[in-house]
Amino acid sequence: MRKFDVNTVRKDFPLLARQVYGKPLVYFDNGATAQKPQVVIDRINQFYKEENANIHRGVHHLSQVGTDLYEESRKTIQGFLNAKFSEEIIFTKGTTDSINLVAFGYSKMLKPGDEVLITEMEHHSNIVPWQMACEYSGATCKYIPLNEKGELDLSQIDSHFNSNTKVVAVTHVSNSLGTINPIEKLIEKAHKVGARILIDGAQSLQHFKVDVQALDVDFYVFSGHKLFGPTGTGILYGKKEALDQLPPYQGGGDMIKEVKMSGTTYNELPHKFEAGTPNIAGGIALKTAIDYFDSFDIQELQKYEQELLEYAESEIKKLEGIRIIGEADEKVSVLSFVVDGAHHFDVGTLLDKQGIAVRTGHHCTQPVMDYFGINGTVRASFAFYNTKEEIDQFIQALKRALTMLG
Amino acid sequence: MKIEEIENEIIDEFGVYDDWMDKYEYIIELGKDLDLIQEANKTDDKLIKGCQSRVWLDSEMKDGVLKFYADSDAIITKGIISLLLRVFSGQKPEDIVTADLDFIDKIGLQEHLSPTRANGLLSMVKQIKLLALQNVEK
Ligand SMILES: Cc1ncc(COP(=O)(O)O)c(C=O)c1O
Repeated sequence: MRKFDVNTVRKDFPLLARQVYGKPLVYFDNGATAQKPQVVIDRINQFYKEENANIHRGVHHLSQVGTDLYEESRKTIQGFLNAKFSEEIIFTKGTTDSINLVAFGYSKMLKPGDEVLITEMEHHSNIVPWQMACEYSGATCKYIPLNEKGELDLSQIDSHFNSNTKVVAVTHVSNSLGTINPIEKLIEKAHKVGARILIDGAQSLQHFKVDVQALDVDFYVFSGHKLFGPTGTGILYGKKEALDQLPPYQGGGDMIKEVKMSGTTYNELPHKFEAGTPNIAGGIALKTAIDYFDSFDIQELQKYEQELLEYAESEIKKLEGIRIIGEADEKVSVLSFVVDGAHHFDVGTLLDKQGIAVRTGHHCTQPVMDYFGINGTVRASFAFYNTKEEIDQFIQALKRALTMLG
Repeated sequence: MKIEEIENEIIDEFGVYDDWMDKYEYIIELGKDLDLIQEANKTDDKLIKGCQSRVWLDSEMKDGVLKFYADSDAIITKGIISLLLRVFSGQKPEDIVTADLDFIDKIGLQEHLSPTRANGLLSMVKQIKLLALQNVEK
């Protein structure tokens, strides 16, 4: 296990050394996408320089090399999530793609009278595909509401689950609030009424360890790019029997057993859900990203990120007119806030011009903004390569912005 | 003044700033001089929706020239609108239709008018041009 030292770790990420507008970059937009360590960048280069070939289909040497690397990556991800079988790991383009894959399948399986249960906290990509599945199938989409702290309101938890509930989709961690949801409880409730449950892990795996078997979750999805890997890579974990039940999403090469003009039989898992030439370099480099991340003691990283969050929260609370949005008891290192009398766009623009990269707006969670009666927040999201000094710079920059906007 | 002359004047004004924050300080000041649209006129048909900030735009044809009134919920957006209206408001429709907006690039604010910014400003420019087109030869 590698000892965590932030100054050493920062050197692994070449982009962190750059400047914007002549100022050192402070990258606090890790919730949107994480920066990539040099090993990941090198891995992608190496593939195109030395190993490029299509996979799963050639007799020649390079095709076999590529196939082996890609399948090795699948095994690494299996280990990372502690999945039982490697064929339970499906490569996708990202979280959005993974959710659409599952929701499409459900749009074929749901019937009028069936219920889909989501929450008010979801990213649009865990709302819209389910609304579409309901529209196509005649099923009804219900949701668990929020409370003022930005947690799921579970006071009436049993009222949301019944024998019509067929599938539940909940985010593990809220991207706009940072809230960590008690998914164990929701998984148990879902299973009690015979429903399957999908957990959106887009904002969780970069912060803490997840064990899909211990959780007994049916589907778990995430994006490679938020986990220090390449964009255009993602994973759908599905329990074997849950994936077997699900009809295929896209048709094409690789996903078939036999194609006749009279009809087609589908390939087995995982290929049934992997039509067409995938992002091979990305899939291989995702293994490199996970190996890199997993070389640390994740609890050590988590502890450090929590220190960053606590420090940032205590510093920002010293400023006037700031309201933190999302004050859950259990949070990852996400600090979302609004400023009295100042628009998030103005705050974000003035921070940007001082080298501070944050995200502003509704963060693809409009229902969350509606719940809090705001049209957006400023969100600083920290990774383990961020520092307290950067938080100081951010607070200084924020003070200056507030003076100008005041 | 002609559109081009006003644009050159703005370019000169911005020439003195080499620090981004000073430039934005000035933009924020400009926002305070904006010819505001009347509150009562802030109806949905005057609203130009952007992803980040909202913009309202109203216009009036008077003595052969088009006058514009606007507002935004974001101060920086307001400042940039104020620059745009300084150029366009009070001009003949046919001059507005043919005017180019190179000056925005020259003062370093092109990011605010990029189609991917979706802050309502580009849509506002399109709306200004459209209103001008509708008023040509009337
Ligand atoms: C909670 C959550 N779900 C889903 C997504 C969508 O991920 P992607 O855009 O990588 O498909 C995001 C990304 O912002 C997210 O934060």
